[in-house]
Amino acid sequence: MSRATLGWIVLGWIGYALLPWYGLDGAASSLGDYFVGRSGLVHGLTGAWWLLPILLPLVMGLRPAFAGSGESDGTWLIASGLLGLALVILQGFAIGMNGWTFEVLKVLFGEPGPRQDGIGYGATLTLTAFLIVLCHGFAARGWCRGDAFVTSSIGVVIALIIVFVFFPVSTILASAFADNDGNFAPAEFAAKFTDQSIWGLDCLTSNLRCGVAWNTLFLGVLVAFGTTALGLAFALIATRTAFRYKKLLRVMSVLPIITPPFVIGLALILLFGRSGALSAVLWDWFGIPRSRWIYGLPGIFIAQLLAFTPIAFLVLIGVVQGISPTLEEASQTLRAKSWTTFMTITLPLMRPGLANAFLLGFVESLADFGNPLVLGGNYEVLSTKIFFAVVGAQQDQGRAAVLSIILLAFTLGAFWLQHAWLGKKVYTTVTGKGDAGIPLPLPRRVAAASYLTAIPWALFTLVVYTIIVVGGFVRSMGRDYTPTLDHLLTAFRIENTEWGLHFSGSAWDSFFATVKVAALAAPLTAAVGLLTAYLLTRQRFSGQRAFEFGTLLSFAIPGTVVGVSYILAFNVPPIEITGTGFILVMCFVFRNMPVGVRAGIATLSQIDKSLDEASLTLGARSATTMRRVVLPLLRPAVVASLVYSFVRAMTAVSAVIFLVTAEYNMATTYIVGRVEAGEFGLAIAYSTVLILVMLLAIVMIQLAVGERRLGRRSAAANAAPVAVQAVP
Amino acid sequence: MNQMTAISTLTRPTASGKQAASVEFRNVTKRYGSVTAVDDVSFTIEPGQLVTLLGPSGCGKTTTLRMIAGLEMVSAGQILIGGRDVTNLSAADRDVSMVFQSYALFPHMSVLENVAYGPSVQGASKKDAQAMAMEKLALVGLTGLEKRAPSELSGGQQQRVAVARALVLEPQVLLFDEPLSNLDAKLRRRVREDIRELQQNLNLTVAYVTHDQEEALAVSDRIIVMSNSRIAQTGTPRELYEEPADLFVADFIGDANILNGTVVELAGPRAHVQIDRLEIDLPHRGVMQGPVKLAVRPDAVLLNEGAAGPGEVSGQVKKASYLGTQIEYEVASPMGELFVVQYGRREPIAPGTAVSISLDRQRGVAIVPGA
Repeated sequence: MSRATLGWIVLGWIGYALLPWYGLDGAASSLGDYFVGRSGLVHGLTGAWWLLPILLPLVMGLRPAFAGSGESDGTWLIASGLLGLALVILQGFAIGMNGWTFEVLKVLFGEPGPRQDGIGYGATLTLTAFLIVLCHGFAARGWCRGDAFVTSSIGVVIALIIVFVFFPVSTILASAFADNDGNFAPAEFAAKFTDQSIWGLDCLTSNLRCGVAWNTLFLGVLVAFGTTALGLAFALIATRTAFRYKKLLRVMSVLPIITPPFVIGLALILLFGRSGALSAVLWDWFGIPRSRWIYGLPGIFIAQLLAFTPIAFLVLIGVVQGISPTLEEASQTLRAKSWTTFMTITLPLMRPGLANAFLLGFVESLADFGNPLVLGGNYEVLSTKIFFAVVGAQQDQGRAAVLSIILLAFTLGAFWLQHAWLGKKVYTTVTGKGDAGIPLPLPRRVAAASYLTAIPWALFTLVVYTIIVVGGFVRSMGRDYTPTLDHLLTAFRIENTEWGLHFSGSAWDSFFATVKVAALAAPLTAAVGLLTAYLLTRQRFSGQRAFEFGTLLSFAIPGTVVGVSYILAFNVPPIEITGTGFILVMCFVFRNMPVGVRAGIATLSQIDKSLDEASLTLGARSATTMRRVVLPLLRPAVVASLVYSFVRAMTAVSAVIFLVTAEYNMATTYIVGRVEAGEFGLAIAYSTVLILVMLLAIVMIQLAVGERRLGRRSAAANAAPVAVQAVP
Repeated sequence: MNQMTAISTLTRPTASGKQAASVEFRNVTKRYGSVTAVDDVSFTIEPGQLVTLLGPSGCGKTTTLRMIAGLEMVSAGQILIGGRDVTNLSAADRDVSMVFQSYALFPHMSVLENVAYGPSVQGASKKDAQAMAMEKLALVGLTGLEKRAPSELSGGQQQRVAVARALVLEPQVLLFDEPLSNLDAKLRRRVREDIRELQQNLNLTVAYVTHDQEEALAVSDRIIVMSNSRIAQTGTPRELYEEPADLFVADFIGDANILNGTVVELAGPRAHVQIDRLEIDLPHRGVMQGPVKLAVRPDAVLLNEGAAGPGEVSGQVKKASYLGTQIEYEVASPMGELFVVQYGRREPIAPGTAVSISLDRQRGVAIVPGA
């Protein structure tokens, strides 16, 4: 039995006998009281009898440590881990804050029964220890080549996914089928599900509004078409023409990634709103009256086009570059004119890429929350409707759950379509062989169409971003263009008082909270994501497909749904973490982890597996191999996932808006609040600061992670062929 | 005495080192889902021997090697190294090192760091680890290149770094996975001799995977021929060549003409075999009277221009290829198409010529049992 196993058994005891079992925070009168006095053991002896059985698996874990027999050690560890997990989880779910949680128990033992709080540090540590002991037991039985690090990693990742993805999602499913008292009520579900406000088609026949589901779908399809067309135009210009400002296109494609999603909507208001800059010009010069046309479908549509076109561009540029020019040359040598070649060869080869971009645009539009919130007006979509069902006057969680299920079904349906239809049909024409062909210049008609769509749109994007930069530093857009730092100062004033610097600006609290949460979430996201990628590419174990699905599932769930499900799942014991910064961190980790997984898989599959194996046969354990061989080679993926998760944590609004509290208010939700209060200048100044901070963070991450590699890369740059060889 | 030779050859730098260990497979099976990669395989590699796992691709030889290393776990059966059961031990816990087909040199480390990796992850100080690494680099003749990155070395040098890295922990067993496959033909001969010399000087137990039968014959103490996830035959190179256990081995090790014959009479250990009009006395290898298959090596078929005499068969040369040291013929005969190789300086026989065919009575012809 290894020392690591023994260590975890000891930690299990510490969690049970020393650390406070309940509550994640809370003050105690003395240190001794804090540590021993509120432990599971003491609680168990003083009334909470249901905690006492946990002693049994803890003792079972000790048996192999003191009377180790070699052969049966694994079995004892597995038994101890399983029983421990089962007991802790069972008591956690059976006994809630208001007594028994299951009807059966109420009937058997009488109401209300014992009550308890959510689990605390002690319970968490003990649970983790049981889990790891279980995994060590499996390793001792020869699972995963007897590698305890690997089995433990798999165990931990699966446990995290169950707790932070499957548990909330199943909670939301359950609450959709329940009435507000928590009783099973399928009739109520049916009523809510078929509600006229969701599926109504009145807009076709009369002036009334259509159902919110149709609104959402209609907007999604419109945006998907728009982004795909624009993205294709940009991609063609960037790859197939001698356009002079291609670099600029690249920069523009990165901008929306570091722009909080609703900022574009905000800029549109400042341009086209009733007191917008352009509206003012139109009124002054042409006498066109100011109106509220931007609020509603047109506004959301334009904002989402601006926000998601770069994504389509990034997808399609890869597709266009992936088409082997030799195929087009072959077509030309068969005497096809360039127009014919484009229509019969180039475009059909792009079909899967176009479909991919379309579906991505659709899904992004469905998941978007910030722009519809800011610009929606009377045009309601599912994501905002869910929000108002939870926070609005209705407070109807069951309704929010039903709407969430519909939204979830739409997105999962889109992903399923993409997978089923495109999964096997990627026309990759890039092969290992060099391709000496020269890409076909665009036929004149296509080039003209591309320029005509892309260039005005690019100019429009520039205008929008100018507004974002300028808007924060003038007194009032559209009315008074006197330059001012007032907005910035309101938000970020620092006063030099006699007792040191005082951050008196109104935005500092949310700013610090955001940076703190993002800085905590980014390394965690990268760690969990890359570990998962490592397990998926480097290890073989049963249930791997299901494991992969689980890790990627959280990506497909719209942020609003995540937010609602976290509230529903983590508001009551046994896991009671709403209102803490911890829930924000975990929310970001599991929303952004799939990107880390993807980046890790892409990089790892380019690194020869025998490098790991060489390290293993030289006596390095998996953890050491990970640290000394895999991680140094993974640096690009580390940078990618750190940057992505940091930026997403700074800009996300949809899930977070449900989870913030006064203490942990996030920058984005604060800005949304300012927008709703009409303080556009402040909001946009704050957004500019956020964008700058993110740029700074990206540069710093690059320097911190990437630097070491530069020194040696000069020598190792050619090493790739050694590393990239097929496993025999 | 042994110590003396070790020092006198100057190739064994430390007189210490662990004893070479044996490797034993007991009924080992490896399954991937419904596919059986290795099927009920048992063998023993004696300490200090170089044993080759030989077979066509997909026969399970690499899987077998990886199971010795602990990179694959057995589905059933037992593996013993040095008499100790290591079946459930992970690769890191086995005293086994491996030289990979792709060399698997860490691209982000220098040559020295690569070789010192083993001792340093075992907890040796940086200084000790580098000293051990330098010693092994000297052993493979790479002193002076230790600061280079692996990519700055030639293929042969990279291979020697890989060997030095595998040797640095002085493992009980050293494994080679097709170590020569990335080298050009000229270099292969030299490197395989270097490997053999190193193995004998350091008295290492080596398991060596290859699909090249010539390479296997050249370096091995014993060869394990694998086919379709099972062991087809085990033996010394000479046993395999001269007494193939079945048609697969006969055909895979060297070239062979498979001829139909009839055992007409058994006399003690020998059998009297008739092949068409040819008659020959051979060890009977357990066959009964009646039809039998024979493996006839291409150089055991003798050709003479002119008509067939008594006890000879007449044939006709179809093709002749001049290859310098030898001449290869395709000959049509009543026994079937024959592939014939003639060594020595003889005038080539022109295609179309009628020839008389006889067999070498000393060697190169064997009864294939079980066929």
